[in-house]
Amino acid sequence: MTIRIEVRAKTQTTNQTVLQNAPMLGIHTLTDCQTIRLYFLAAHLETAQIEQLCALLLADPVTEVATWSTPSQAGGGSEPAVIEVAFRPGVTDVPARELARGMVEIGLPACEVATAKRYEVQGNLSEADLRKLARGLLCNETVEHYSLGPIHPQFGQAAAASDRVETIPLSGLADDALAQVSRRRLLSLDRAEMRTIQEFYDELRRDPTDVELETLAQTWSEHCVHKTFRAQIDFTWQDAAGNVKQQTQVDGLLKQYIRAATEAINPSWLRSAFVDNAGIIAFDEQFDLAFKVETHNHPSALEPFGGANTGVGGVVRDIIGVSARPIATTDVLCFGPQDYPYEQLPNGILHPQRIADGVIAGIGDYGNKLGLPTVNGAIVYDEGYLGNPLVFCGCVGLLPHGRHPTAPQVGDLVVALGGRTGRDGIHGATFSSAELTHDTSETAGSAVQIGDPITEKGLIELIEAARDEALYTAITDCGAGGFSSAVGEMAKELGATIELTNVKLKYPGLTPWEIWLSEAQERLVIAVPPANLPRLQALADLWDVEVSVLGSFTGDQQLRVHYNSTLVADLPMTFLHDGLPRRRLQAVWRDGDEDKKTGRQEDESRITNHELRITASANDLLLTLLAHPSVASKEQVIRRYDHEVRGGTLVRPLTGPQMDGPSDAAVLKPLGTWQHNKAFALSVAINPLLGKRDPYAMAVSAVDEAFRNLVAVGADPDQVAILDNFCWGNPTLPDRLGALVRTCQGCYDAALAYRAPFISGKDSLYNEFNGKPIPGTLLISAIGIVPNMERCVTSHLKAPGNRLYLLGETKAELGGSLLYDHLKINGGAAPVMPANPLHRYRLLHRAVQQGLIRSCHDLSEGGLAVALAEMCLAGRLGATVEIGRLGDREIGLTPEELLFSESNGRLLLEVQPEDAAALEAQLSSVTLIPLGLVTSEPVLQITAEAQSLVNLAIEQLVNSWKQQR
Amino acid sequence: MKPSILILHAAGTNRDAEAARACELAGGAPDIVHINQLRQGEQRFQDYQMLLLPGGFSYGDALGAGARMALDMQVYFHDQLHSFVASGKLVLGICNGFQVLVKAGLLPGEISAEHATRNTQHATRTVTLTENASGHFECRWVHLAVNRQARAGFLAAIDELIFCPIAHGEGNLQVQDAATLAALETNELVAFRYVDANGQPVGGRYPFNPNGSVADIAGLCNAQGNVVGLMPHPEDHLLPIQNPLGGAGQLGSQLFTAMIGTLT
Repeated sequence: MTIRIEVRAKTQTTNQTVLQNAPMLGIHTLTDCQTIRLYFLAAHLETAQIEQLCALLLADPVTEVATWSTPSQAGGGSEPAVIEVAFRPGVTDVPARELARGMVEIGLPACEVATAKRYEVQGNLSEADLRKLARGLLCNETVEHYSLGPIHPQFGQAAAASDRVETIPLSGLADDALAQVSRRRLLSLDRAEMRTIQEFYDELRRDPTDVELETLAQTWSEHCVHKTFRAQIDFTWQDAAGNVKQQTQVDGLLKQYIRAATEAINPSWLRSAFVDNAGIIAFDEQFDLAFKVETHNHPSALEPFGGANTGVGGVVRDIIGVSARPIATTDVLCFGPQDYPYEQLPNGILHPQRIADGVIAGIGDYGNKLGLPTVNGAIVYDEGYLGNPLVFCGCVGLLPHGRHPTAPQVGDLVVALGGRTGRDGIHGATFSSAELTHDTSETAGSAVQIGDPITEKGLIELIEAARDEALYTAITDCGAGGFSSAVGEMAKELGATIELTNVKLKYPGLTPWEIWLSEAQERLVIAVPPANLPRLQALADLWDVEVSVLGSFTGDQQLRVHYNSTLVADLPMTFLHDGLPRRRLQAVWRDGDEDKKTGRQEDESRITNHELRITASANDLLLTLLAHPSVASKEQVIRRYDHEVRGGTLVRPLTGPQMDGPSDAAVLKPLGTWQHNKAFALSVAINPLLGKRDPYAMAVSAVDEAFRNLVAVGADPDQVAILDNFCWGNPTLPDRLGALVRTCQGCYDAALAYRAPFISGKDSLYNEFNGKPIPGTLLISAIGIVPNMERCVTSHLKAPGNRLYLLGETKAELGGSLLYDHLKINGGAAPVMPANPLHRYRLLHRAVQQGLIRSCHDLSEGGLAVALAEMCLAGRLGATVEIGRLGDREIGLTPEELLFSESNGRLLLEVQPEDAAALEAQLSSVTLIPLGLVTSEPVLQITAEAQSLVNLAIEQLVNSWKQQR
Repeated sequence: MKPSILILHAAGTNRDAEAARACELAGGAPDIVHINQLRQGEQRFQDYQMLLLPGGFSYGDALGAGARMALDMQVYFHDQLHSFVASGKLVLGICNGFQVLVKAGLLPGEISAEHATRNTQHATRTVTLTENASGHFECRWVHLAVNRQARAGFLAAIDELIFCPIAHGEGNLQVQDAATLAALETNELVAFRYVDANGQPVGGRYPFNPNGSVADIAGLCNAQGNVVGLMPHPEDHLLPIQNPLGGAGQLGSQLFTAMIGTLT
């Protein structure tokens, strides 16, 4: 018997989200939507038992009321104004699990439980409208199914265990047939790679098993082995006319640019870069800091909540995977325009607003529930992300120095911890290397999952305890590729033998390769000396973490996987890890490629032409840029994340007397280190607009921006480490790869100039939708040491009468700027690296340490005008500034260049009058220009050579920036 | 000897370490104890002078905030917990801990003789914490006025506002009916109210009252005066450097000092 329980609010509560979003789907007749929770129990219960259950667990007696029935009693299946939505079988359903456990605790029989949601809608709606509503808003068919009327609950999959292992015939196949095998099994292997595998098995005189072939595809996937970043590249650089400027061989982007920079800088405080799940730097005498940023783009495109949710879960596990305690998260998001017309949306993609809502909810759900402050990030809106949003999730961890073991021993046990294994997330590693198309959601739905943060929280606690007792000899997270990747990596030097029937499953019926490859969330693998197993088990019991011993490390350099004692995979580690043929790729970059027609004339006509182009007043331009979605306040998102938990957030994402102004970076004081004054700062920089103009400039500018953001809040410029995340299109196409090469060259040059080593990075390629790439996007995340937390600086203006200065040179650099994007102007000079940047930041830092700086704000998108406006609106104070003396006197800058140029290396400083002389003396060797004063009159006035450019009330700035009109 | 404080950790608890720090700074000796240690009898409530239920998402709040852990309190630990409270020992619930205390019927508890909560298996709760009026999780700093007349007498030692963050999705305190609210107020069971920066009543105005709680109620105590709970996080404002507005006062540590002070 199935009992169906409905829980509804006592007073009708309209689901405003649904009501507000329906018009976007073209449904204008919806007048009400009530949400009702449904629970299904496969059990025989007495009425009194159901009453007890409802009273204790399901319905709040003050606000809710529960009713129940068996499905035969529930209507007749023809209620036209009802949409019911349930998870597909196998999708993580934490409420169902907790309800089942709670029932046992009350003394009710153990039974299967499922949950669902019921929407009762009103208005003149056709069946087609209801279906549109269901598909467009209420149900994501990747992980859910719906019914118009009562839904049939689908409990866990009841299936018999399966020991089916296929042999995949490769022998004798021609290239086309090999490619077909790769395509059919979603392997994402190219012909050369398939050919290599074929030759390997020809020598063995057999064909691979499905377990072996899947293991190879996963290990050799772009996601796991970074084929593109290791490939040899023939790079050609052409000028805008097509003449070759440079022709060179790149011996791997990672080796030649990213790692090379780190090796050349190699500061004493660098603990670990690129060798582990996260980069590690020294914090104080006792602790190190680990930092990692991951992307979860394709899953978020299909199932925004689950994709982003598990994105956070994944990067947090990377941090656990270096034996660190996660202490903070960051998030950077790129979406399509939120007001994109629904009718024009290509088939097979979710509306950008639905993606944004789901992603933001998914990040909040995971981070908040883990108790991690989400303290820093950015959101960028661009039409280029319509079919392929970007979701970057970062995590910082704290670990005692020297306590992260990385050497498993022969005889150690291969131990899996955490969540159970299901069919979820199969092929995630290979799926991430495939381009999205309109039917991806149907073919790759299984690659998407929903997270279970509370299980992951148990892992955090368990690993911290196990690390402190030195119970394991190696650790890695189970991410893309599941056990295949985790065990394959950890046993690379030794070899291992595995028994798959020891894996704890969510439900029976998985074939051996599915168990081996499943990317079910919240799992870790550790190497445990047998003597330590009982103690590990005791700790795991305390923290409610499931443990399973999968096998052991052998020392024979062979990967042997068994199912019920039958050998189902037998691969030498050497072939698995070194057998992959190195790719050789072609790359071409052509200067000004995107605006060949206007690019060159632009600079020549710079001064004479501007008046024709810019008809709007500076006032209007400033207000428009402040309201630009990429600049405007992100408060609505920031407040959905807990940025206070752990009590160490000293500089928050929002600042000022109203706690609503934008900060440059976050400063955090780790719990457990309050005995000294050191803290650390986090910042990010991302500017795809600039990348469209000049990818090299994008890289240089991103490093400068992330760096100056850290210095702005009080970090020491000599203790800054950076992380790279490249999100790109299909790198086998020479133009996409050419831009990527230029970006990497920029990364190398900038890292050296700022002495900021890359400590970790990740690339996400093949971000294309139906053959159209995203804008090549580089995210730079930075972490820096704040030597004295008492000397942190925030960006809002502090007091009338204080003086304002601009540090750094202003040049005519509007190429790739927000202003040009807004005015749809191509070309123009892109910002270059400032002269001797480190020198100015060191001097500024010294002034900060001396307490000379009252507030400090970096100049980025929208230049000086936007930065000044932000300081004013954050502080609810005015400013009177004269900017005519900025920039190169000989060339002379136009008003819009003065106001909106995005030259690097610039910061605005607020100084008390009595400190002005000291500041000027300190910074006498760099460009420091007095601009004016902070005023109590709440007006921002900007003049150039006494000509008024901007004259706006602070309230107007606030309203534009907060998009309150 | 320093007063012993049991900080209860269940799956999904996450502000336990900060709560422990707050207790230490206020002169207490906190132990973070996992609920499984209590279940297995390795640890006992009665060995401590004070119980603190910290913030977090116990069991993922999967069946409503605090509901699943409240079940533990009503089933596994019913007798131990009720005798702990009856003996007059102190209990503090913060955020998720407050939600647990309310949903387990420990706050406000028996409001008054006329308005007794029936102590049956299906006790009818008349107070709850439900979804924020905004419909979503929210993190922001709020000002709290302490009711110095509250039945929890130690609150009288707090002589200024408390300024600290909220971080919750279900902090909207609601009551069964007007009579319940009147009973809470006349019996001085309201411990904390959301106010503006000057300590003035806000009449439900957002964002001062961040979640739509009735009568701006941010926290409650029981009639006995030894159980207190609140949604905001005083444990996140222990030092002036944590204050986003830069002031020196209005510390959350006042609450811990007041409570732990009665134990020494």
